[in-house]
Amino acid sequence: MEGIVESPWSGGGSPFAINSKKLGMWLFIVSDSLTFSALLIAYAYVRLANPDWPRPFEIWPAIAKSTLMTVILLTSSLTMVLGVAASRKGDVKKTVRMLIWTIVCGLAFVLIHATEWYTLITKEGVTPWSNPWGSPLFGGTFFGLTGLHMLHVTIGAAYLAVVAWGFGKGKYNADHVEVSGLYWHFVDLVWMFIFPMVYLMSVTLRSGS
Amino acid sequence: MSANAVALEVADKHSVGSTRLFAGVWAWLLGLTAFEVFLAYLRLPSVIMLTILVGISLIKAALIVSYFMHLRFEKLGLFLLLIPAMVFCICMMLIMFFPDSVRVLNLRPH
Repeated sequence: MEGIVESPWSGGGSPFAINSKKLGMWLFIVSDSLTFSALLIAYAYVRLANPDWPRPFEIWPAIAKSTLMTVILLTSSLTMVLGVAASRKGDVKKTVRMLIWTIVCGLAFVLIHATEWYTLITKEGVTPWSNPWGSPLFGGTFFGLTGLHMLHVTIGAAYLAVVAWGFGKGKYNADHVEVSGLYWHFVDLVWMFIFPMVYLMSVTLRSGS
Repeated sequence: MSANAVALEVADKHSVGSTRLFAGVWAWLLGLTAFEVFLAYLRLPSVIMLTILVGISLIKAALIVSYFMHLRFEKLGLFLLLIPAMVFCICMMLIMFFPDSVRVLNLRPH
């Protein structure tokens, strides 16, 4: 009887051996990943259904810039996971330092992304409903997808700032750092699909090809 | 015992990897990204390019979820709760929409 009560399937107090905050964040991540999946599939749908879909991104500077953004986001995930590891060891200074580096990387990502948007809108004349190259749906899907992701990064940076402050003051524990880390890694994960689907699949073809 | 001490005790029970492991995963992710950019430079045909890029993205996602998000170190029950249902929903979206997008393309006047 005791064995049955302790079984992970018995519906005990913690069947997954994680706290409720972490389970809640995981469930949010699953729901948010379906939102991004729907957007990416909608993007693929309109792209496939429109033969005049533009391929406006040159290797230099658009792909180089988005590659740099990818490297920055991956590096922020490394600093985040090191921050989580430090928080588990009770190393407050290192945790806060790693969280600050993660925030700096996130803000750098947003800044580079914002300059890219600025160039597309002001110099190339791209809007959510028109562009000079082809199907007008390009702008709507591009700004929709990358805009929602940029919003997630911005919210994530603010979230990490609150957690870093709270952990430094002793108000939050290692669980809070880990849960904020899950959110940050998810934002990184989403970019791993947006970068190839939106940028690399839209590299300008060489003339004649 | 304070809440922080309890949390630390629980955290210690999980195997969470080392700095070396995380740096290794990060290096793999950077390497796969460099390979993706190289493929874009080659400008392969769209279908081949899309297939390879989605494959690499799935590998990168698996690395991030397994090591950075620690799912590899959690109970199997948590994985079974989260991942299969999500994959099923994404597959349903793909099955519903992709054939229709090709149909719309073929309905266009040539």
